[in-house]
Amino acid sequence: MKRLFLVLFLTGLAGPGHAIDTGQAFDDAEMQARYERIISEVRCLVCQNQSIRDSNVFLASDLRREIRRLLSEGKSDADISEFLVTRYGDFVLYRPPMRGKTLILWVAPFLLIGFGLVVVVRVLRSRMAMPIDDDNEQASA
Amino acid sequence: MMSRFLLPILVFAIMIPIFIIGLGRNKSELPSPLISAPAPTFALPSLQDANVTVGSDNYNGKVALVNVWATWCAACRTEHAYLMELAGRGDIPIFGLNWRDQRKPALNWLKQLGDPYFVTAYDQDGRVGIDWGVYGAPETFLIGADGTVLFKYISPMTEQVWQEEFLPRIRAAEVGGG
Repeated sequence: MKRLFLVLFLTGLAGPGHAIDTGQAFDDAEMQARYERIISEVRCLVCQNQSIRDSNVFLASDLRREIRRLLSEGKSDADISEFLVTRYGDFVLYRPPMRGKTLILWVAPFLLIGFGLVVVVRVLRSRMAMPIDDDNEQASA
Repeated sequence: MMSRFLLPILVFAIMIPIFIIGLGRNKSELPSPLISAPAPTFALPSLQDANVTVGSDNYNGKVALVNVWATWCAACRTEHAYLMELAGRGDIPIFGLNWRDQRKPALNWLKQLGDPYFVTAYDQDGRVGIDWGVYGAPETFLIGADGTVLFKYISPMTEQVWQEEFLPRIRAAEVGGG
């Protein structure tokens, strides 16, 4: 039984392994690593919750092809981001650059945490100010 | 007593407009960074004749529509009748960008449904589509006389969209440019 579960578990793991055409694109290991990192951080615009690494839509494969071309032309990661953003907008990157329009994305989590802390502190303070009257209540009951 | 409710009410009052805006917008329609920027220039083989090169030079200096279509795109079939009507009125030249398609079915499509395009470029590998930030056909770009992208509409064209979204922008560009 244990072995069966292990087989099922490993089969599940193997699923994402035979992904689309994201196999070896470059002989150079470093280039291949860069390529894989870039394509996993570019959003597929057709299926917006997948990266172009995970998507088999033709647009994703076209974008992978363009990124392979840019990489083999010796373009930097910043050049490739620029290429994508000027065509598809900041939304295409899973990690959009911090600038006027995207500032809210970057600061909102901190604002929300700060707001939560203020609420917690205020609630705790007001609770601490309350008289401890549990014993009295029990005594009178 | 009042101050106890003030904060939750304030938070509620801030959240509700955000949610209403969030619900109202179509998240799959992305703002194009090309708007108000010069339209990408390109040269591609014509759909009708692989030896003829067509491209942005064909509408240079004119207010024109660039319509991205493909035979695999059901919504393109929906809008085709309207494109025929619009082309028939002769208000604006429509440049066809046949995107990620095959030549034979595309030519058949134009033969059967009519050809609203004054020229159709054949973007077989989708390279030009990427330059234009195309991600879902049909997409219709409005190009100004000075070659800037005035507007992009994703979804089938209709008379209402033409009247409400395209015409005012064409008029505004004429006033601003002239």
